[in-house]
Amino acid sequence: MLHLREYARPSDLEEAWTLNQKKTSRILGGTCWLRLGERTIGTGIDLSGLGLDQITEDEEAFQIGAMVTLRQLELHPGVQAWTQGAVRESLRHIVGVQFRNCATVGGTVWGRFGFSDPLTCLLALDTQVKLYRGGVIPLTEFIQRAPDKDILEAVILRKTRWRTAYQSFRNTETDFPVLAVCVSAGADGFRCAVGARPGRAALVTSADPAALKVLAADLPYGDNSRASAAYRRYLSGVLIGRCLKKLEVDGPC
Amino acid sequence: MLIQLTLNGKRLAAEAAPDKPLLEFLREQGCYSVKRGCETSNCGLCTVWLDGTPVLSCTVLAVRANGHSITTLEGLQKEAAEFGGFMADQGADQCGFCNPGFVMNVLAMERELENPTEAEIREYLAGNLCRCTGYASQLRAVQQYLAWKRGRNHEQAE
Repeated sequence: MLHLREYARPSDLEEAWTLNQKKTSRILGGTCWLRLGERTIGTGIDLSGLGLDQITEDEEAFQIGAMVTLRQLELHPGVQAWTQGAVRESLRHIVGVQFRNCATVGGTVWGRFGFSDPLTCLLALDTQVKLYRGGVIPLTEFIQRAPDKDILEAVILRKTRWRTAYQSFRNTETDFPVLAVCVSAGADGFRCAVGARPGRAALVTSADPAALKVLAADLPYGDNSRASAAYRRYLSGVLIGRCLKKLEVDGPC
Repeated sequence: MLIQLTLNGKRLAAEAAPDKPLLEFLREQGCYSVKRGCETSNCGLCTVWLDGTPVLSCTVLAVRANGHSITTLEGLQKEAAEFGGFMADQGADQCGFCNPGFVMNVLAMERELENPTEAEIREYLAGNLCRCTGYASQLRAVQQYLAWKRGRNHEQAE
């Protein structure tokens, strides 16, 4: 159960950052997962007054505010067209519409959750994160870092000409994925993110699509109540194969 | 802290602790249609509308409703009764426990999606769990209700 002593709705990011430097402070995303553990938070910092709930687009990128909900992202026509529906595919199986209207992009990316479908998808795309103090860094770098006291402002989805396909496998609809895979194909080769291993998503790259399955099989996999490590390792090859098949069928952008 | 919101069309000001879920706040205001189900953001039973958008009231903090509009089943009784008739015709509510959240989400879907396919209906309502029906009777009820609504809207347009 979540215990919150104080609630703050700062009027700018500097105020939010200052409040967040206290050890007991936490930034509030959609509070979907935060509330499930037994924890006491001194000050819960709500960023919903800072205009971070918008997706903007220019010639180079989509900038997705940290407070954009998963449902907003799922329904954004520009993002769906650019990613050939891969982002929507990574989101539409997550619990239900009501949940996706609550959960935020910032929450799922900042949390670096192993089960995160969108994190797996974004990792295979040309994605950066914009941190209030840390500046803009690639998602591949951010995902390796331990959480600190900075604030995630936005996720930047760069318009690199890649074809992308997303696949996940679930034991039952709306459950966490047993495994999630996203493959992007560009001029320099292939990027393949494998999530829900059940650890956080990891990336393998190769110029040769046939090598992706071998590289993905070498990633660490683990057991949990949904599947064994061996099953996940086997499944990675199946889902990568399906992604590659979809990329072939859909053809170049 | 003092929060001000519009609840089912009426302005309201009330105190809410920082960690009080919207679900508890609404029940304290007499909205007993808002039921406590899984409390893990999964079952959809506690669905209410926040500015017309369906959300899980077990997940949203009451303080976040400050300045917003909340709609519960109490504010949609005529529509709920209309849809409830289709549910009854199909035997789609057996124990009835999941009904309040299910009705809220069906009415939200009816506003959001124009002429949804069966796959779109299933996807939209996937976050409402029912342990009795297997969803077949609910799906029939939803499809018949939407067809009836379309027919009525068409008649009114003429």
